[in-house]
Amino acid sequence: MKMEGKSLYGKYGDKLVLKGIDIKIENGEIVTIIGPNGSGKSTLIKILSRCLKPMSGNVFLEGVDITKISTKEIAKKVAILPQVKNVSYDITVEGLVSYGRYPHLKFGKRIGEKDLEIIHWALEKTALTNLKDRYVNTLSGGERQRAWIAMALAQKPEVLFLDEPTTYLDISYQLEVLELVKELNESLGLTVIMVLHDLNQAARYSDNIYVLKDGEIFQYGRPKNIIESKLLKDVFRIESNIYTDEVNNCPYFIANKII
Amino acid sequence: MRKSAVLIILILLSVISFFLSVGIGAVKISPVDIVRSIFYEQDSVNYQIIWNVRIPRTITAALVGISLSLSGAILQGVMRNPLASPNTIGVSSSAGFSALLILILFPNYYNLVPLGAFLGALLATLFIYSLSYKNGALPTRLILAGVAVSSLFSAGSNGLMTFYPDRVHGVINFMVGGLSAITWKDINMILPYTILGIMILIFLPNRLNILILGDEIATGLGVNVERTRLIFIILSSILAGSAVSVVGLLSFVGLIVPHMTRMFIGSDYKYLFPGSIFFGASVVMICDTLSRVLFAPAEIPVGVIMSAFGAPFFLYLLRKKEVMK
Repeated sequence: MKMEGKSLYGKYGDKLVLKGIDIKIENGEIVTIIGPNGSGKSTLIKILSRCLKPMSGNVFLEGVDITKISTKEIAKKVAILPQVKNVSYDITVEGLVSYGRYPHLKFGKRIGEKDLEIIHWALEKTALTNLKDRYVNTLSGGERQRAWIAMALAQKPEVLFLDEPTTYLDISYQLEVLELVKELNESLGLTVIMVLHDLNQAARYSDNIYVLKDGEIFQYGRPKNIIESKLLKDVFRIESNIYTDEVNNCPYFIANKII
Repeated sequence: MRKSAVLIILILLSVISFFLSVGIGAVKISPVDIVRSIFYEQDSVNYQIIWNVRIPRTITAALVGISLSLSGAILQGVMRNPLASPNTIGVSSSAGFSALLILILFPNYYNLVPLGAFLGALLATLFIYSLSYKNGALPTRLILAGVAVSSLFSAGSNGLMTFYPDRVHGVINFMVGGLSAITWKDINMILPYTILGIMILIFLPNRLNILILGDEIATGLGVNVERTRLIFIILSSILAGSAVSVVGLLSFVGLIVPHMTRMFIGSDYKYLFPGSIFFGASVVMICDTLSRVLFAPAEIPVGVIMSAFGAPFFLYLLRKKEVMK
């Protein structure tokens, strides 16, 4: 097992938003956490990725409690792409990607030959080689998201966390980002844990889906067991028709009305 | 490459500023004579002027410039806010208040003013940090707590001055920041901390670069965000506190110099730190020279000069270069 969360309780502000979550992520899986607003999915991914401390409960990476490992050691295996990120006006794509090597650098050491190789590899993987000298600020939304993914790749991670990676992107960029994530998962065996808003995209790109409701896991399983009219009604308060996408071999739905 | 060139220019600027500051005054001494009298003619009159009067003052000016601008550069990064400066974490107002307290209520202990100001600055910083700590100390909360605590100390200072109007006169030099009557002894108050700051910052530029990307990104890259932020805040309060304790409230440098340096050399702290060191030193040395010669033999506090020339120049840069996002 790659990652595991055991009986996680968490607060957002003063409000209890996670009420005893158990979650398991196998090696090489794409796992997506879905749920309505306020269901606690963002808090859950923050706790799993150690950006937030749980009130109680533990997170394990390959069976080891993450509070027992230094954050720098974890960073050699786990990369995070959060929603909130800033760049200075004058940082280049290559400069940003090079920060991905930070957890692997010894104290006071500069980027070496091998690091440069990995940076160039990450740029290539994300099709950014031609844009490497551009300022990140001048990129389109999709390119910018790819640059952050390239930075995460330069960490040479085994696990990648993505918190709503498609928010604010045009539909073509959304697909581009998710296709890239899928490709990285297949070619590198990268374990992916993400939060998505779009349920059809979750169904199409995930191996397993966890559904949160009111801070508890409502259900988890393969997409075809999740995208069901009863679950969509109980969790998301919509009435829907379910279809099968023959091309991508996954279920999808069209929401008809609010209940 | 371009950035290294800018850095070399800034280094040259600081060397020129040093010789101007030491050479210009009631007695003018050329750079050649400065070097000669320091190293070869140690019994000359020039040597007395240079060694006992000008050099301590010039070195102090440089150290103050370095400390304040490094402090500001750190805070603007840590807080991810262009308005952050030593004022933001309460250094200036608390140092000012502690100094006033000693100067007005215990005037006999006036030689404890530097120490008092320094301790006041440190304590206020820790106070603000613990006030804003709630499941982590977020930059916005730090800034708001800093503003609130600062205004509290300012109110205290104003109160003191209202109750003891007769004793205010000796305090004014401290409130606006001045470098007159600096001796070698004052340098000891600041030199160790400036060196400490520089030594630490040489190893940490990337950590600050990464902290700017956001707390979660920094965590993902293996930076312990809370600990790093606390270390940087304490470091910047030590730097600014030691500077304030020697020259008084010279607030302009910590805010503006890092911004100007950023305009010259970019926002990468690998260059911004050394850039701020040399530019900060130059700015204060030049402004102090001006403060001595502009209305000689009268002397205007260096803080006044700095704002009078620096603020318009900064506004000009702001209009010209749109990099302040």
